[in-house]
Parts: sequence; C-alpha cells; structure tokens
Amino acid sequence: MTTVAENAGFDPYREARARSKALKQRRDVVRAIIKHIVLILSSIGMLYPLLWLVSSSFKPDTAIFSDFSLIPEAFSFANYVNGWTALRTSFTTFFTNSFFIAALAVIGNLMACSLTAFAFARLEFPLKKLWFTLMLATLMIPYHVTLIPQYILFLNIGWVNTILPLVLPKFLATDAFFVFLMVQFFRGIPRELDEAARMDGCGPWRIYWRIMLPLSVPVMATAAIFSFMWTYDDFLGPLIYLNDINQYTVPLALRTFVDSTGVSAWGQLFAMSTLSLLPVFFFFLFFQRLIIRGVATSAMKR
Amino acid sequence: MATTTIPRSRRDAIAKRWQRGRSGYMFLIPWLIGFFALTLGPALASLYLAFTKYDVLTPPVFTGLDNFGYMFFQDYRFRQALQVTFTYVLWSVPLKLGLALLIAIALDKGTRGVDLYRAIFYLPSLIGGSVAIAVLWRQLFDRDGLTDQLLQLLGWPPGTSLLNNPDHALKTLIVLSVWQFGAPMVIFLAGLRQIPQHLHEAARMDGAKTMQRFSRITLPLLAPVIFFNLIMQTIDAFKAFTQAFVVSAGTGGPIDSTLFYTLYLYQEGFAFFRMGYASALAWFLLIIIAAFTALTFLSAKYWVHYDDGR
Repeated sequence: MTTVAENAGFDPYREARARSKALKQRRDVVRAIIKHIVLILSSIGMLYPLLWLVSSSFKPDTAIFSDFSLIPEAFSFANYVNGWTALRTSFTTFFTNSFFIAALAVIGNLMACSLTAFAFARLEFPLKKLWFTLMLATLMIPYHVTLIPQYILFLNIGWVNTILPLVLPKFLATDAFFVFLMVQFFRGIPRELDEAARMDGCGPWRIYWRIMLPLSVPVMATAAIFSFMWTYDDFLGPLIYLNDINQYTVPLALRTFVDSTGVSAWGQLFAMSTLSLLPVFFFFLFFQRLIIRGVATSAMKR
Repeated sequence: MATTTIPRSRRDAIAKRWQRGRSGYMFLIPWLIGFFALTLGPALASLYLAFTKYDVLTPPVFTGLDNFGYMFFQDYRFRQALQVTFTYVLWSVPLKLGLALLIAIALDKGTRGVDLYRAIFYLPSLIGGSVAIAVLWRQLFDRDGLTDQLLQLLGWPPGTSLLNNPDHALKTLIVLSVWQFGAPMVIFLAGLRQIPQHLHEAARMDGAKTMQRFSRITLPLLAPVIFFNLIMQTIDAFKAFTQAFVVSAGTGGPIDSTLFYTLYLYQEGFAFFRMGYASALAWFLLIIIAAFTALTFLSAKYWVHYDDGR
C-alpha cells in the first residue's frame, strides 16, 4: 500500500480518506482498462468473420484456407474481375436490378406510408380508430400467411417473373412499420402549425405537402434508409417471383453462385459477397446516427 | 385531440367533419387498397386454402380438416420442423438478449469510445440477414473452413465440417443469430440512458452492491425494454428463413437438422406446390406466434411495470 498523504497532520481521518480515494481511483482505472481490453477483444471477435471474408476475396483460391493471416501475401483483384462475369449474366445486371427495385421501393414507401400516416396523425374521419387498430395488427401478422394467396394473385395477373410483385405493394403502404414510425413523428410536430395554416385557408393536401413533409426530413430519411436496406437484402420475395436470371437481384445471384460453382471458386464468391455488402455498409458509414436512432426510437416510443 | 379553434355551431362542425372525413379517406386510399387486396383478402384466402388441396394448376378441392390431421398425426417432417424452430428460438433468443444486455451495461455510463464500440457491435445486425453473410457462414463452418482449422488445433481430425454434421449444423445458425445481438443492444442502451442516474447514486450511498443495484434498479426499470426486445426477437426467430435456406442449399439438411418451419413451408408451397397444405402451415405459424405473444403479454403483468405505479 502506498501512503498518499503521509504528512497530513491534524485530521485523523484525512489520511484514511485520501488513501481510500486513491485506492478507489486506482481500482476504477484498472477496471476501465480491463473493460476496454474485453471490449476490444470482443470487437475483434465480432469483426473477424467479416475481415476474413474481405481479405479472402483478395487471395488466390489456394491460399484462402491455408493462410490464417488477414493480410494477403499476394494482393490481387483477379477474383473481382473474374467473379463479376462468372455467371451467365454479369453482376452489372444484378446490381442494376437490385438498385432499381430498391429505389422504387423507397419511393413507394415514402409516398404511400406518409400519406397514410398523415391521415392517421392529423385528419378526422369515421372509423379512424378501427383502421388504425387494423393497421397496427398487420405489424404482427407474419407475411407467410399472405404469401401464398399473394403469389396466386400475381400469378393470375401474369406478374410473376416481373418486378411488380416486389414493388407495387410498397406503393400501397403495406409496410406498416413505416406508417407507424411516421405517425409517431407527425404527432410530435406542433399542431399549432397546421391549425394556423388551416386558418389561412390551407387544405389538407397543402398542409401535408408544405408543412408536414418539409418538417419530417429525419423520419423520411430513416424510412428511406431502412426501405432501401431491407429491399436490397430481401431474399424470399425475389426467390419466389423472379425466375429469369436476367431479372435476378444480387442476393439471388449469390445464391446461384454458391449452388452452381463447385468447390473451386471461393475467392470469386467471396469477392462478389464483399461487393454485395458494400451498399449497406456505406449507408451505415454515412447515416449511422439516423440508423441507430431509428432502431432505438422504434422501441422507446411504445 | 382537443382543437384550440373557436367553437362553431354544431351544424357547421358536422359539415366540416364530413368534409375532412372525405379528405381523410382520400389520403387513406393507397393503404386501404393494399390492406384489402394484399393483406386481409390474402389472409382470408389462405385460411380457406388451409382446408383444401390445391396445386395451383387445378382449382382447390375442399378437404375439411385433412391438412391438419396429416400435420398433427402423420407428418414427421412437420414435427421435425417444429422441433428445429423451437430449439432455435429457445437458444438464440435468450443468448442474444443476454449478451445484448451485458454489453449494453458495459457500454453504459460514459465508457470512452462508446460510439465506436456500438457501431462495431451493431454492424453484424445490419448485414447479418443477407445472403452474403450466409455464404460466409457456410464457408466458415464447412470443411477446411475457419472452425475446422481451429478444431484441428484442439486435436479434432482434419476435414471436420460442422455444417455437414446433423448434431452441429443448427448450432452454427444459432451462433449466427447471436452474432447479431447489436440491434437489441442498441435498444437496451437507449433504455439504460433513461434510467435516472440519481437512483444509482442514492442506492450506492445506502451501501447497495453492484449486483443489488442491477437487480433492484436496472432490471425493473428496463423491464419494458426487455419485454419489447423479447417479443420482437422471438417473432423474428420464428420467421427465420434466409440463413437456413442458403446454408443448407434450400434442403434444410443435413437430414433435416436445419429444417426451419418457414423453410418447410416454402418447400411445401413452392417446391412441391402443395399450396393448401402450405397455407395450413402458415396459419399454424400465425397461431404459434400469436400464442407466444399473448403468453408474453400475460406474463408481463408480473414483471413489467410501466412508470412507477403498479
């Protein structure tokens, strides 16, 4: 034990107090260091699979499973070049399809969900409570219950093997989660604003377009980001509705890649997997705050 | 909902209300179409189909309770799918939430670099549902994969593939799910921030130990958030599909050891085109999820207290 306040004269407790304080401080520092070591180690553990994926995508196939190191000995883009055109159709098509579908989904969700949310948050109409309850109820229903009749419906209209079954539902506000998120946000906008506008003779459309939407950029951005990421990652929808390889999205293409190529092309597979993760990764990099706040508030506001 | 406008005559108010009512429905048109055509209609249709035999090509034939009789008494793959799914839910959800809570508490209270840690821990949740990660997982746990090499260090024979081993394949998917503990962690962190610091300080003054403060302050005040996470994560776990599909190449193998309920439903409906039976499976899934949610809500009376009142 080091004595900290050795010549601290008269107060009999002073020395003890100072010593306990110093002890406590030292204990806190030690604790903090241990905590950070544990946190850093677990961070590395969490990221290791991802780093392994990325580093393997730059290695020749022979080195992937023999070389533990995350830094490739020979750094090569060959996997990317060859992987891009390894399937019958090139990844240019797959990425274009994916982005196109995701972009339409974003537009659809933003328009339809905000219209619906505005009605629920600001307008009065008969049976409003009933509709709102039903809307919340659809949040709970697993999509499997509607999957088969929807498929049969789209099959009969002749839309299977087009992107319409993947995109059209978004224009009909079927993503109740976003409606809910926007209702919550709209309710937080001061009512005085639209009351005042109404006094000045604004109709509901003008209030929606000129007042609510401009004030709702954060929630719109959150909804747009999640729409994009979820549509981009969606697997079951494209799996059921898209049969022609020229229509495939990136996840479908990756799955085809796994099933069709033998054991030989891991590097190319990893390269394309890495590329497929990049859009979501960049979204995360740039909109981290919005995303994390979106996740957190979805829970806190109930 | 009190409006602050000047009171008008009753007649006027009703007229105004109707006018606004009309515009309310104008705004609601897209949602109403979607609700009837893509949610309510299909849900009722699949309820009907659940009592039929239907192969898409010929019209559905009403068969009464046959589908359910087959499901409960004869279909061993259904039983297997239930078992796999429940094992998955019962392992992955508690582990995931436990880890999420643990890390959230470690990160709370002004840890330096909180934002960076949070981002790192959250990243897997964001991308974990993608096919790319499923592909990666397949390679990690397959023969010659990372785990094979690690197990060799521990003295296992080379060429071990956890994925091809029916005893271990499901575990790799549970690990994949637990790896994505970041989303509930972010929610826990937000919940922890709302617990007033002075409660902890007061308890510390009174000599409460860390564990006591955790069980008497943190846990009760966090209960609503735990409740939310529990419901959301469990529903998600019941619905898990992509990872099992990609990792097992759509088969649910080896020998049905990763035959998730949704995967079985997909096979019945879209590989064997037994749409009637698949609809019955879908409705049974809805009942399972509803029953679970109802049970959790009922139990909430005993462990979740909102605000301070009991």
